[in-house]
Amino acid sequence: MKSGKFWAWVVFGIGTAYFFIPLLATFEFSLRMRRGVHSFDAYQVVLGDPRFQATFLYSVVAAIFTIILGVLIVVPAAYWIRLRLPQIRPVVEFITLLPLVIPAIVIVFGYIRMYGSNSPLPFLASDLGASALLVIGYATLALPYMYRAVDTGLRTIDVRTLTEAAQILGAGWGTIITRVILPNVLIAVLSGAFLTFAIVIGEFTMASLLNRPAFGPYLQNIGANRAYEPAALAIIAFAITWGCMSLIQILSRFAPKSANRPN
Amino acid sequence: MTDLSLSNQSIATKPAPPTEATAFRLPTQWIGVAPFFVFALMFLIMPTLYLVIGAFQTGEGGFTLDNVLQLVSDPSIANSYWVSIKISFWSAIVGAFAGLAIAVAIVRGGLPSWVRSATLTFSGVASNFAGLPLAFAFIATLGRVGIVTVLLRDIFNLNIYALGFNFLTTWGLIVVYLFFQIPLMVVIIVPAIDGLKKEWNEAAATLGATQWQYWRMVVIPVLFPSFLGTVILLFANAFGAIATAYAFAGPQLNIVPIKLYSQINGDVLHNPQLGYAIAFGMIVITGLANVFYIWFRTRSERWLK
Repeated sequence: MKSGKFWAWVVFGIGTAYFFIPLLATFEFSLRMRRGVHSFDAYQVVLGDPRFQATFLYSVVAAIFTIILGVLIVVPAAYWIRLRLPQIRPVVEFITLLPLVIPAIVIVFGYIRMYGSNSPLPFLASDLGASALLVIGYATLALPYMYRAVDTGLRTIDVRTLTEAAQILGAGWGTIITRVILPNVLIAVLSGAFLTFAIVIGEFTMASLLNRPAFGPYLQNIGANRAYEPAALAIIAFAITWGCMSLIQILSRFAPKSANRPN
Repeated sequence: MTDLSLSNQSIATKPAPPTEATAFRLPTQWIGVAPFFVFALMFLIMPTLYLVIGAFQTGEGGFTLDNVLQLVSDPSIANSYWVSIKISFWSAIVGAFAGLAIAVAIVRGGLPSWVRSATLTFSGVASNFAGLPLAFAFIATLGRVGIVTVLLRDIFNLNIYALGFNFLTTWGLIVVYLFFQIPLMVVIIVPAIDGLKKEWNEAAATLGATQWQYWRMVVIPVLFPSFLGTVILLFANAFGAIATAYAFAGPQLNIVPIKLYSQINGDVLHNPQLGYAIAFGMIVITGLANVFYIWFRTRSERWLK
Protein backbone atom coordinates (compact mmCIF):
# COMPACT_ATOMS: atom_id res chain seq x y z
CA MET A 1 0.00 0.00 0.00
CA LYS A 2 2.96 2.31 0.77
CA SER A 3 4.31 2.01 -2.78
CA GLY A 4 0.78 2.55 -4.13
CA LYS A 5 0.62 5.86 -2.36
CA PHE A 6 4.04 6.80 -3.67
CA TRP A 7 2.99 6.12 -7.26
CA ALA A 8 -0.27 8.00 -6.74
CA TRP A 9 1.76 11.06 -5.73
CA VAL A 10 4.05 10.61 -8.74
CA VAL A 11 1.10 10.46 -11.14
CA PHE A 12 -0.54 13.43 -9.47
CA GLY A 13 2.73 15.38 -9.59
CA ILE A 14 3.28 14.76 -13.31
CA GLY A 15 -0.31 15.71 -14.03
CA THR A 16 -0.01 18.89 -12.00
CA ALA A 17 3.17 19.86 -13.85
CA TYR A 18 1.61 19.25 -17.27
CA PHE A 19 -1.46 21.30 -16.44
CA PHE A 20 0.02 24.11 -14.38
CA ILE A 21 3.20 24.93 -16.29
CA PRO A 22 1.29 26.17 -19.38
CA LEU A 23 -1.09 28.18 -17.22
CA LEU A 24 1.68 29.78 -15.16
CA ALA A 25 3.79 30.41 -18.25
CA THR A 26 0.84 32.02 -20.02
CA PHE A 27 0.18 34.25 -17.05
CA GLU A 28 3.84 35.24 -16.84
CA PHE A 29 3.92 35.87 -20.59
CA SER A 30 0.83 38.07 -20.41
CA LEU A 31 2.61 40.36 -17.93
CA ARG A 32 5.57 41.06 -20.21
CA MET A 33 4.11 43.61 -22.56
CA ARG A 34 6.14 46.48 -21.08
CA ARG A 35 9.84 45.84 -21.55
CA GLY A 36 11.81 44.87 -18.46
CA VAL A 37 9.01 44.95 -15.89
CA HIS A 38 5.90 42.98 -15.16
CA SER A 39 2.72 44.92 -15.83
CA PHE A 40 -0.94 44.39 -16.59
CA ASP A 41 -0.62 46.43 -19.79
CA ALA A 42 -1.78 43.57 -22.01
CA TYR A 43 -4.97 43.25 -19.96
CA GLN A 44 -5.54 47.00 -20.12
CA VAL A 45 -5.10 47.02 -23.87
CA VAL A 46 -7.45 44.07 -24.31
CA LEU A 47 -10.17 45.26 -21.96
CA GLY A 48 -10.01 48.78 -23.39
CA ASP A 49 -10.34 47.58 -26.97
CA PRO A 50 -13.82 48.55 -28.23
CA ARG A 51 -13.85 45.46 -30.47
CA PHE A 52 -13.27 43.30 -27.39
CA GLN A 53 -16.21 44.92 -25.65
CA ALA A 54 -18.49 44.69 -28.69
CA THR A 55 -17.70 41.07 -29.57
CA PHE A 56 -17.76 39.92 -25.96
CA LEU A 57 -21.15 41.55 -25.45
CA TYR A 58 -22.40 39.92 -28.65
CA SER A 59 -21.30 36.48 -27.43
CA VAL A 60 -22.79 36.99 -23.98
CA VAL A 61 -26.15 37.90 -25.54
CA ALA A 62 -25.89 34.93 -27.91
CA ALA A 63 -25.14 32.67 -24.93
CA ILE A 64 -28.16 33.97 -23.02
CA PHE A 65 -30.47 33.35 -25.99
CA THR A 66 -28.91 29.92 -26.45
CA ILE A 67 -29.70 29.06 -22.84
CA ILE A 68 -33.29 30.29 -23.18
CA LEU A 69 -33.78 28.33 -26.41
CA GLY A 70 -32.19 25.24 -24.88
CA VAL A 71 -34.46 25.39 -21.83
CA LEU A 72 -37.56 25.89 -24.00
CA ILE A 73 -36.74 22.80 -26.04
CA VAL A 74 -35.31 20.49 -23.41
CA VAL A 75 -37.41 21.05 -20.29
CA PRO A 76 -40.83 20.27 -21.80
CA ALA A 77 -39.41 17.29 -23.70
CA ALA A 78 -37.60 15.79 -20.71
CA TYR A 79 -40.65 16.39 -18.50
CA TRP A 80 -43.06 14.87 -20.97
CA ILE A 81 -40.87 11.81 -21.45
CA ARG A 82 -40.82 11.17 -17.70
CA LEU A 83 -44.54 11.75 -17.42
CA ARG A 84 -46.11 10.22 -20.51
CA LEU A 85 -43.68 8.80 -23.03
CA PRO A 86 -40.98 6.81 -21.28
CA GLN A 87 -40.94 4.48 -24.28
CA ILE A 88 -39.35 7.11 -26.53
CA ARG A 89 -36.55 7.92 -24.09
CA PRO A 90 -33.92 5.89 -26.02
CA VAL A 91 -34.75 7.78 -29.23
CA VAL A 92 -34.45 11.16 -27.54
CA GLU A 93 -31.25 10.20 -25.75
CA PHE A 94 -29.79 9.06 -29.04
CA ILE A 95 -30.68 12.38 -30.70
CA THR A 96 -29.22 14.41 -27.84
CA LEU A 97 -25.95 12.52 -28.26
CA LEU A 98 -25.72 13.21 -31.99
CA PRO A 99 -23.99 16.61 -31.55
CA LEU A 100 -21.11 14.75 -29.90
CA VAL A 101 -20.83 12.55 -32.99
CA ILE A 102 -21.47 15.07 -35.77
CA PRO A 103 -18.73 17.71 -35.66
CA ALA A 104 -19.88 21.32 -35.24
CA ILE A 105 -18.32 22.28 -38.56
CA VAL A 106 -20.48 19.72 -40.36
CA ILE A 107 -23.65 20.98 -38.67
CA VAL A 108 -22.93 24.59 -39.58
CA PHE A 109 -22.00 23.58 -43.13
CA GLY A 110 -25.44 21.99 -43.42
CA TYR A 111 -27.04 25.22 -42.17
CA ILE A 112 -25.17 27.32 -44.71
CA ARG A 113 -26.38 25.14 -47.56
CA MET A 114 -29.93 24.60 -46.28
CA TYR A 115 -30.77 28.05 -45.00
CA GLY A 116 -28.90 30.25 -47.50
CA SER A 117 -30.38 33.41 -49.02
CA ASN A 118 -32.08 31.51 -51.85
CA SER A 119 -33.59 28.74 -49.74
CA PRO A 120 -37.24 28.50 -48.63
CA LEU A 121 -36.14 29.45 -45.10
CA PRO A 122 -33.54 32.17 -45.77
CA PHE A 123 -32.01 32.57 -42.31
CA LEU A 124 -28.80 33.86 -43.85
CA ALA A 125 -30.47 36.61 -45.88
CA SER A 126 -30.41 39.04 -42.93
CA ASP A 127 -28.07 39.81 -40.04
CA LEU A 128 -30.74 39.01 -37.49
CA GLY A 129 -31.51 35.73 -39.21
CA ALA A 130 -27.86 34.74 -39.24
CA SER A 131 -27.56 35.57 -35.53
CA ALA A 132 -30.68 33.50 -34.88
CA LEU A 133 -29.07 30.64 -36.78
CA LEU A 134 -25.93 31.00 -34.66
CA VAL A 135 -28.01 30.75 -31.48
CA ILE A 136 -29.76 27.69 -32.92
CA GLY A 137 -26.41 26.14 -33.76
CA TYR A 138 -25.14 26.79 -30.24
CA ALA A 139 -28.30 25.23 -28.83
CA THR A 140 -27.56 22.03 -30.76
CA LEU A 141 -23.98 22.04 -29.44
CA ALA A 142 -25.30 22.43 -25.90
CA LEU A 143 -28.09 19.86 -26.35
CA PRO A 144 -26.20 16.86 -24.86
CA TYR A 145 -25.24 18.79 -21.73
CA MET A 146 -28.55 20.58 -21.28
CA TYR A 147 -30.59 17.40 -21.69
CA ARG A 148 -28.45 15.43 -19.28
CA ALA A 149 -28.52 18.20 -16.67
CA VAL A 150 -32.31 18.60 -16.83
CA ASP A 151 -32.96 14.86 -16.91
CA THR A 152 -30.78 14.38 -13.82
CA GLY A 153 -32.73 17.15 -12.09
CA LEU A 154 -36.08 15.59 -12.98
CA ARG A 155 -34.92 12.25 -11.61
CA THR A 156 -34.72 13.70 -8.10
CA ILE A 157 -38.34 14.89 -8.03
CA ASP A 158 -41.58 12.99 -8.25
CA VAL A 159 -42.83 14.33 -11.56
CA ARG A 160 -46.08 12.40 -11.62
CA THR A 161 -47.27 13.27 -8.12
CA LEU A 162 -46.35 16.94 -8.54
CA THR A 163 -48.21 17.08 -11.83
CA GLU A 164 -51.30 15.35 -10.48
CA ALA A 165 -51.34 17.57 -7.40
CA ALA A 166 -51.11 20.66 -9.58
CA GLN A 167 -53.85 19.36 -11.87
CA ILE A 168 -56.16 18.71 -8.91
CA LEU A 169 -55.61 22.30 -7.87
CA GLY A 170 -56.69 23.35 -11.35
CA ALA A 171 -53.36 24.24 -12.96
CA GLY A 172 -52.96 24.14 -16.74
CA TRP A 173 -49.91 22.74 -18.55
CA GLY A 174 -48.21 26.15 -18.81
CA THR A 175 -48.59 26.73 -15.08
CA ILE A 176 -47.41 23.23 -14.22
CA ILE A 177 -44.23 23.55 -16.25
CA THR A 178 -43.32 27.13 -15.36
CA ARG A 179 -44.47 27.22 -11.72
CA VAL A 180 -44.14 23.65 -10.50
CA ILE A 181 -41.59 21.72 -12.56
CA LEU A 182 -39.16 24.46 -13.53
CA PRO A 183 -38.58 25.78 -9.98
CA ASN A 184 -37.94 22.22 -8.83
CA VAL A 185 -35.29 21.60 -11.46
CA LEU A 186 -33.96 25.16 -11.47
CA ILE A 187 -30.58 24.19 -10.08
CA ALA A 188 -30.13 21.51 -12.71
CA VAL A 189 -31.22 23.95 -15.42
CA LEU A 190 -28.76 26.56 -14.13
CA SER A 191 -25.94 23.99 -14.14
CA GLY A 192 -26.73 23.25 -17.77
CA ALA A 193 -26.93 26.99 -18.43
CA PHE A 194 -23.47 27.77 -17.05
CA LEU A 195 -21.96 24.86 -18.94
CA THR A 196 -23.64 26.15 -22.10
CA PHE A 197 -22.20 29.59 -21.38
CA ALA A 198 -18.68 28.20 -21.01
CA ILE A 199 -18.97 26.28 -24.29
CA VAL A 200 -20.51 29.10 -26.29
CA ILE A 201 -18.60 32.17 -25.17
CA GLY A 202 -15.40 31.64 -27.16
CA GLU A 203 -16.79 29.34 -29.85
CA PHE A 204 -15.00 29.94 -33.15
CA THR A 205 -16.11 27.60 -35.94
CA MET A 206 -19.82 28.38 -36.16
CA ALA A 207 -19.46 32.10 -35.49
CA SER A 208 -16.73 32.43 -38.07
CA LEU A 209 -18.48 30.47 -40.81
CA LEU A 210 -21.75 32.32 -40.24
CA ASN A 211 -19.72 35.53 -40.35
CA ARG A 212 -20.94 36.81 -36.97
CA PRO A 213 -19.10 39.53 -34.97
CA ALA A 214 -18.64 37.18 -32.00
CA PHE A 215 -15.87 36.76 -29.44
CA GLY A 216 -14.38 33.64 -31.10
CA PRO A 217 -13.50 35.30 -34.43
CA TYR A 218 -12.16 38.29 -32.49
CA LEU A 219 -9.87 35.98 -30.50
CA GLN A 220 -8.64 34.45 -33.75
CA ASN A 221 -7.91 37.86 -35.18
CA ILE A 222 -5.95 38.99 -32.11
CA GLY A 223 -4.11 35.67 -31.98
CA ALA A 224 -2.94 36.06 -35.55
CA ASN A 225 -1.75 39.66 -35.15
CA ARG A 226 -0.55 40.33 -31.61
CA ALA A 227 2.05 38.92 -29.23
CA TYR A 228 1.04 39.51 -25.61
CA GLU A 229 -2.69 40.14 -25.85
CA PRO A 230 -3.52 36.52 -26.76
CA ALA A 231 -1.88 35.36 -23.53
CA ALA A 232 -3.97 37.84 -21.56
CA LEU A 233 -7.08 36.67 -23.42
CA ALA A 234 -6.23 33.04 -22.66
CA ILE A 235 -6.05 33.88 -18.95
CA ILE A 236 -9.35 35.79 -19.16
CA ALA A 237 -11.00 32.87 -20.99
CA PHE A 238 -9.66 30.42 -18.40
CA ALA A 239 -11.03 32.62 -15.63
CA ILE A 240 -14.46 32.70 -17.30
CA THR A 241 -14.51 28.91 -17.68
CA TRP A 242 -13.38 28.54 -14.08
CA GLY A 243 -16.13 30.92 -12.95
CA CYS A 244 -18.82 28.94 -14.77
CA MET A 245 -17.60 25.62 -13.35
CA SER A 246 -17.38 27.05 -9.82
CA LEU A 247 -20.93 28.32 -10.06
CA ILE A 248 -22.06 24.85 -11.11
CA GLN A 249 -20.26 23.34 -8.11
CA ILE A 250 -21.74 25.87 -5.71
CA LEU A 251 -25.20 25.25 -7.16
CA SER A 252 -24.84 21.50 -6.81
CA ARG A 253 -24.61 21.94 -3.05
CA PHE A 254 -28.16 23.26 -3.09
CA ALA A 255 -29.48 20.48 -5.28
CA PRO A 256 -31.66 17.86 -3.61
CA LYS A 257 -29.38 14.97 -2.66
CA SER A 258 -31.61 11.95 -2.49
CA ALA A 259 -33.89 10.69 -5.19
CA ASN A 260 -37.45 10.35 -3.99
CA ARG A 261 -38.10 7.72 -6.56
CA PRO A 262 -35.91 5.06 -8.03
CA ASN A 263 -35.12 5.61 -11.71
CA MET B 1 -62.86 3.41 -22.66
CA THR B 2 -61.69 -0.08 -21.71
CA ASP B 3 -60.69 -0.62 -25.28
CA LEU B 4 -58.44 2.41 -25.24
CA SER B 5 -56.66 1.59 -22.03
CA LEU B 6 -56.09 -1.98 -23.12
CA SER B 7 -54.55 -0.89 -26.39
CA ASN B 8 -51.97 1.11 -24.47
CA GLN B 9 -50.30 -1.00 -21.85
CA SER B 10 -48.25 1.80 -20.36
CA ILE B 11 -51.36 3.84 -19.63
CA ALA B 12 -53.28 0.81 -18.43
CA THR B 13 -50.78 0.08 -15.68
CA LYS B 14 -50.87 3.61 -14.29
CA PRO B 15 -53.59 5.11 -12.08
CA ALA B 16 -56.60 5.82 -14.26
CA PRO B 17 -56.65 9.45 -15.39
CA PRO B 18 -59.87 11.46 -15.44
CA THR B 19 -62.16 10.32 -18.24
CA GLU B 20 -62.29 13.62 -20.03
CA ALA B 21 -58.54 13.97 -20.20
CA THR B 22 -58.27 10.56 -21.83
CA ALA B 23 -60.57 11.59 -24.61
CA PHE B 24 -58.36 14.56 -25.42
CA ARG B 25 -55.05 12.88 -24.93
CA LEU B 26 -54.40 11.13 -28.20
CA PRO B 27 -53.77 14.23 -30.33
CA THR B 28 -51.87 15.97 -27.50
CA GLN B 29 -49.80 12.96 -26.52
CA TRP B 30 -46.81 14.27 -28.44
CA ILE B 31 -47.19 17.97 -27.74
CA GLY B 32 -44.54 18.15 -25.03
CA VAL B 33 -41.87 16.57 -27.18
CA ALA B 34 -42.96 18.24 -30.42
CA PRO B 35 -40.66 21.29 -30.10
CA PHE B 36 -37.74 18.99 -29.40
CA PHE B 37 -38.39 16.80 -32.43
CA VAL B 38 -39.08 19.74 -34.75
CA PHE B 39 -35.85 21.38 -33.60
CA ALA B 40 -33.81 18.20 -33.94
CA LEU B 41 -35.23 17.50 -37.40
CA MET B 42 -34.73 21.02 -38.73
CA PHE B 43 -31.39 21.87 -37.23
CA LEU B 44 -29.62 18.61 -36.62
CA ILE B 45 -30.91 15.76 -38.75
CA MET B 46 -32.00 17.46 -41.97
CA PRO B 47 -28.86 19.61 -42.42
CA THR B 48 -26.74 16.51 -41.91
CA LEU B 49 -28.82 14.44 -44.34
CA TYR B 50 -28.63 17.29 -46.83
CA LEU B 51 -24.83 17.03 -46.84
CA VAL B 52 -24.90 13.23 -46.97
CA ILE B 53 -27.21 13.29 -50.01
CA GLY B 54 -25.13 16.05 -51.60
CA ALA B 55 -22.04 13.89 -51.27
CA PHE B 56 -23.59 11.43 -53.74
CA GLN B 57 -24.79 14.00 -56.25
CA THR B 58 -23.22 15.71 -59.22
CA GLY B 59 -23.52 19.50 -59.56
CA GLU B 60 -26.63 18.88 -61.69
CA GLY B 61 -28.26 16.59 -59.16
CA GLY B 62 -27.55 13.18 -60.71
CA PHE B 63 -26.25 10.27 -58.67
CA THR B 64 -22.48 9.77 -58.52
CA LEU B 65 -19.81 8.13 -56.45
CA ASP B 66 -17.07 10.39 -57.80
CA ASN B 67 -17.07 12.80 -54.85
CA VAL B 68 -16.70 10.08 -52.27
CA LEU B 69 -14.09 8.24 -54.33
CA GLN B 70 -12.12 11.45 -54.63
CA LEU B 71 -11.67 11.47 -50.84
CA VAL B 72 -9.39 8.49 -51.32
CA SER B 73 -7.87 9.26 -54.72
CA ASP B 74 -6.96 12.90 -54.06
CA PRO B 75 -3.65 12.61 -52.17
CA SER B 76 -4.09 15.91 -50.31
CA ILE B 77 -7.57 15.00 -49.00
CA ALA B 78 -6.63 11.42 -48.21
CA ASN B 79 -3.59 12.69 -46.34
CA SER B 80 -5.67 15.17 -44.32
CA TYR B 81 -7.95 12.33 -43.22
CA TRP B 82 -4.97 10.21 -42.30
CA VAL B 83 -3.36 13.01 -40.24
CA SER B 84 -6.66 13.76 -38.49
CA ILE B 85 -7.26 10.13 -37.66
CA LYS B 86 -3.72 9.75 -36.32
CA ILE B 87 -4.00 12.85 -34.12
CA SER B 88 -7.45 11.92 -32.83
CA PHE B 89 -6.55 8.29 -32.24
CA TRP B 90 -3.33 8.91 -30.34
CA SER B 91 -4.62 11.87 -28.37
CA ALA B 92 -7.61 9.72 -27.36
CA ILE B 93 -5.45 6.72 -26.39
CA VAL B 94 -2.78 8.68 -24.52
CA GLY B 95 -5.40 10.96 -22.97
CA ALA B 96 -7.48 7.99 -21.88
CA PHE B 97 -4.62 6.14 -20.17
CA ALA B 98 -3.21 9.27 -18.57
CA GLY B 99 -6.68 10.25 -17.39
CA LEU B 100 -7.27 6.74 -16.05
CA ALA B 101 -3.95 6.85 -14.19
CA ILE B 102 -4.85 10.18 -12.59
CA ALA B 103 -8.35 8.97 -11.75
CA VAL B 104 -7.06 5.79 -10.11
CA ALA B 105 -4.42 7.81 -8.26
CA ILE B 106 -6.92 10.24 -6.76
CA VAL B 107 -9.65 7.69 -6.00
CA ARG B 108 -7.64 4.64 -4.91
CA GLY B 109 -4.18 6.06 -4.24
CA GLY B 110 -4.79 7.06 -0.62
CA LEU B 111 -4.14 10.74 -1.33
CA PRO B 112 -5.69 13.37 0.94
CA SER B 113 -9.27 14.19 0.05
CA TRP B 114 -8.54 17.76 -1.05
CA VAL B 115 -6.45 16.32 -3.89
CA ARG B 116 -9.48 14.51 -5.20
CA SER B 117 -11.87 17.46 -5.08
CA ALA B 118 -9.27 19.90 -6.43
CA THR B 119 -8.47 17.55 -9.31
CA LEU B 120 -12.13 17.05 -10.16
CA THR B 121 -12.85 20.78 -10.11
CA PHE B 122 -9.80 21.51 -12.23
CA SER B 123 -10.70 18.72 -14.66
CA GLY B 124 -14.16 20.19 -15.13
CA VAL B 125 -12.57 23.50 -16.06
CA ALA B 126 -9.74 22.17 -18.22
CA SER B 127 -11.99 19.81 -20.19
CA ASN B 128 -13.91 22.88 -21.31
CA PHE B 129 -10.83 24.99 -21.89
CA ALA B 130 -10.29 24.32 -25.56
CA GLY B 131 -10.28 26.18 -28.80
CA LEU B 132 -8.37 29.40 -29.36
CA PRO B 133 -7.41 30.29 -25.76
CA LEU B 134 -5.80 26.87 -25.36
CA ALA B 135 -3.67 27.50 -28.42
CA PHE B 136 -2.70 30.93 -27.06
CA ALA B 137 -1.64 29.38 -23.77
CA PHE B 138 0.59 26.85 -25.49
CA ILE B 139 2.10 29.46 -27.80
CA ALA B 140 2.99 31.54 -24.71
CA THR B 141 4.52 28.42 -23.15
CA LEU B 142 6.17 26.44 -25.94
CA GLY B 143 6.04 28.87 -28.86
CA ARG B 144 9.24 30.15 -30.38
CA VAL B 145 9.60 32.85 -27.71
CA GLY B 146 7.44 31.02 -25.13
CA ILE B 147 8.46 31.04 -21.49
CA VAL B 148 9.39 27.37 -21.28
CA THR B 149 11.13 27.40 -24.66
CA VAL B 150 13.32 30.32 -23.56
CA LEU B 151 13.99 28.81 -20.13
CA LEU B 152 15.08 25.50 -21.65
CA ARG B 153 17.30 27.33 -24.10
CA ASP B 154 18.94 29.66 -21.55
CA ILE B 155 19.33 27.32 -18.61
CA PHE B 156 19.69 23.86 -20.14
CA ASN B 157 20.99 25.00 -23.51
CA LEU B 158 18.24 22.95 -25.10
CA ASN B 159 16.58 24.28 -28.25
CA ILE B 160 13.39 22.27 -28.61
CA TYR B 161 12.76 23.64 -32.09
CA ALA B 162 16.18 22.46 -33.23
CA LEU B 163 15.20 19.06 -31.84
CA GLY B 164 12.20 19.01 -34.15
CA PHE B 165 9.42 20.19 -31.87
CA ASN B 166 6.64 22.03 -33.65
CA PHE B 167 2.96 22.52 -32.90
CA LEU B 168 2.18 21.67 -36.50
CA THR B 169 3.49 18.13 -36.27
CA THR B 170 1.21 15.30 -35.26
CA TRP B 171 2.80 14.98 -31.83
CA GLY B 172 2.88 18.74 -31.34
CA LEU B 173 -0.90 18.87 -31.71
CA ILE B 174 -1.38 15.77 -29.58
CA VAL B 175 0.54 17.37 -26.69
CA VAL B 176 -1.83 20.35 -26.89
CA TYR B 177 -5.02 18.29 -27.31
CA LEU B 178 -4.14 16.28 -24.20
CA PHE B 179 -4.86 19.40 -22.19
CA PHE B 180 -8.60 18.83 -22.69
CA GLN B 181 -8.54 15.09 -23.43
CA ILE B 182 -7.02 13.98 -20.10
CA PRO B 183 -9.41 16.01 -17.90
CA LEU B 184 -12.41 14.81 -19.89
CA MET B 185 -11.35 11.24 -19.19
CA VAL B 186 -10.93 12.04 -15.48
CA VAL B 187 -14.36 13.66 -15.25
CA ILE B 188 -16.10 10.66 -16.85
CA ILE B 189 -14.12 7.76 -15.41
CA VAL B 190 -13.95 8.83 -11.73
CA PRO B 191 -17.65 8.04 -11.12
CA ALA B 192 -17.09 4.64 -12.77
CA ILE B 193 -14.16 3.89 -10.45
CA ASP B 194 -16.25 5.05 -7.51
CA GLY B 195 -18.76 2.42 -8.56
CA LEU B 196 -16.29 -0.38 -7.86
CA LYS B 197 -17.38 -1.76 -4.54
CA LYS B 198 -14.82 -2.36 -1.80
CA GLU B 199 -16.51 -5.69 -1.13
CA TRP B 200 -15.40 -6.98 -4.53
CA ASN B 201 -11.78 -6.45 -3.60
CA GLU B 202 -12.34 -8.15 -0.24
CA ALA B 203 -14.26 -11.00 -1.85
CA ALA B 204 -11.47 -11.51 -4.36
CA ALA B 205 -8.87 -11.46 -1.59
CA THR B 206 -10.88 -13.97 0.44
CA LEU B 207 -10.91 -16.31 -2.53
CA GLY B 208 -7.14 -16.01 -2.68
CA ALA B 209 -6.79 -13.66 -5.61
CA THR B 210 -3.71 -11.53 -5.91
CA GLN B 211 -4.07 -7.80 -6.43
CA TRP B 212 -3.12 -8.32 -10.08
CA GLN B 213 -5.84 -10.96 -10.50
CA TYR B 214 -8.37 -8.65 -8.88
CA TRP B 215 -7.50 -5.96 -11.41
CA ARG B 216 -7.42 -8.29 -14.40
CA MET B 217 -10.59 -10.23 -13.60
CA VAL B 218 -12.75 -7.68 -11.79
CA VAL B 219 -11.72 -4.08 -12.27
CA ILE B 220 -10.80 -4.09 -15.95
CA PRO B 221 -13.92 -5.97 -17.15
CA VAL B 222 -16.17 -3.71 -15.09
CA LEU B 223 -14.52 -0.47 -16.20
CA PHE B 224 -13.95 -1.51 -19.78
CA PRO B 225 -17.26 -0.37 -21.35
CA SER B 226 -17.15 3.12 -19.84
CA PHE B 227 -13.44 3.37 -20.57
CA LEU B 228 -13.92 2.42 -24.21
CA GLY B 229 -16.93 4.71 -24.52
CA THR B 230 -14.86 7.61 -23.27
CA VAL B 231 -12.03 6.79 -25.69
CA ILE B 232 -14.55 7.02 -28.54
CA LEU B 233 -15.83 10.31 -27.16
CA LEU B 234 -12.28 11.65 -26.93
CA PHE B 235 -11.64 10.53 -30.49
CA ALA B 236 -14.69 12.38 -31.82
CA ASN B 237 -13.78 15.35 -29.64
CA ALA B 238 -10.35 15.67 -31.25
CA PHE B 239 -11.55 14.76 -34.72
CA GLY B 240 -13.95 17.70 -34.94
CA ALA B 241 -11.69 20.20 -33.16
CA ILE B 242 -10.60 23.00 -35.43
CA ALA B 243 -10.05 26.25 -33.52
CA THR B 244 -6.89 25.19 -31.65
CA ALA B 245 -5.14 23.97 -34.78
CA TYR B 246 -6.37 26.97 -36.74
CA ALA B 247 -4.82 29.34 -34.20
CA PHE B 248 -1.42 27.69 -34.70
CA ALA B 249 -1.23 27.84 -38.45
CA GLY B 250 -4.33 29.33 -39.98
CA PRO B 251 -5.62 27.42 -42.99
CA GLN B 252 -2.30 25.78 -43.89
CA LEU B 253 -2.42 22.83 -41.56
CA ASN B 254 -3.68 19.79 -43.44
CA ILE B 255 -6.28 18.20 -41.17
CA VAL B 256 -9.84 17.40 -42.25
CA PRO B 257 -11.78 20.03 -40.29
CA ILE B 258 -9.48 22.80 -41.51
CA LYS B 259 -9.73 21.50 -45.07
CA LEU B 260 -13.52 21.58 -44.79
CA TYR B 261 -13.36 25.05 -43.22
CA SER B 262 -11.37 26.42 -46.15
CA GLN B 263 -13.68 24.69 -48.58
CA ILE B 264 -16.79 26.24 -47.00
CA ASN B 265 -15.17 29.66 -46.92
CA GLY B 266 -13.83 29.77 -50.43
CA ASP B 267 -14.38 26.56 -52.42
CA VAL B 268 -10.62 25.98 -52.52
CA LEU B 269 -11.17 22.55 -54.09
CA HIS B 270 -13.17 24.10 -56.97
CA ASN B 271 -15.95 21.56 -56.57
CA PRO B 272 -18.79 22.35 -54.12
CA GLN B 273 -19.93 18.71 -54.09
CA LEU B 274 -16.54 17.64 -52.81
CA GLY B 275 -17.18 19.69 -49.66
CA TYR B 276 -20.28 17.55 -49.00
CA ALA B 277 -18.19 14.44 -49.48
CA ILE B 278 -15.59 15.63 -46.94
CA ALA B 279 -18.37 16.33 -44.41
CA PHE B 280 -19.87 12.91 -45.16
CA GLY B 281 -16.48 11.29 -44.58
CA MET B 282 -16.20 12.97 -41.19
CA ILE B 283 -19.62 11.71 -40.13
CA VAL B 284 -18.77 8.21 -41.35
CA ILE B 285 -15.59 8.12 -39.27
CA THR B 286 -17.10 9.38 -36.01
CA GLY B 287 -20.19 7.26 -36.71
CA LEU B 288 -18.11 4.12 -37.29
CA ALA B 289 -16.27 4.77 -34.05
CA ASN B 290 -19.62 4.78 -32.26
CA VAL B 291 -20.90 1.66 -33.98
CA PHE B 292 -17.71 -0.06 -32.93
CA TYR B 293 -18.30 1.13 -29.37
CA ILE B 294 -21.90 -0.10 -29.27
CA TRP B 295 -20.86 -3.47 -30.68
CA PHE B 296 -18.09 -3.80 -28.11
CA ARG B 297 -20.33 -2.72 -25.31
CA THR B 298 -23.03 -5.26 -26.04
CA ARG B 299 -20.33 -7.93 -26.15
CA SER B 300 -18.84 -6.92 -22.83
CA GLU B 301 -22.25 -6.54 -21.20
CA ARG B 302 -22.99 -10.10 -22.17
CA TRP B 303 -19.89 -11.13 -20.30
CA LEU B 304 -20.86 -9.09 -17.28
CA LYS B 305 -24.20 -10.85 -16.88
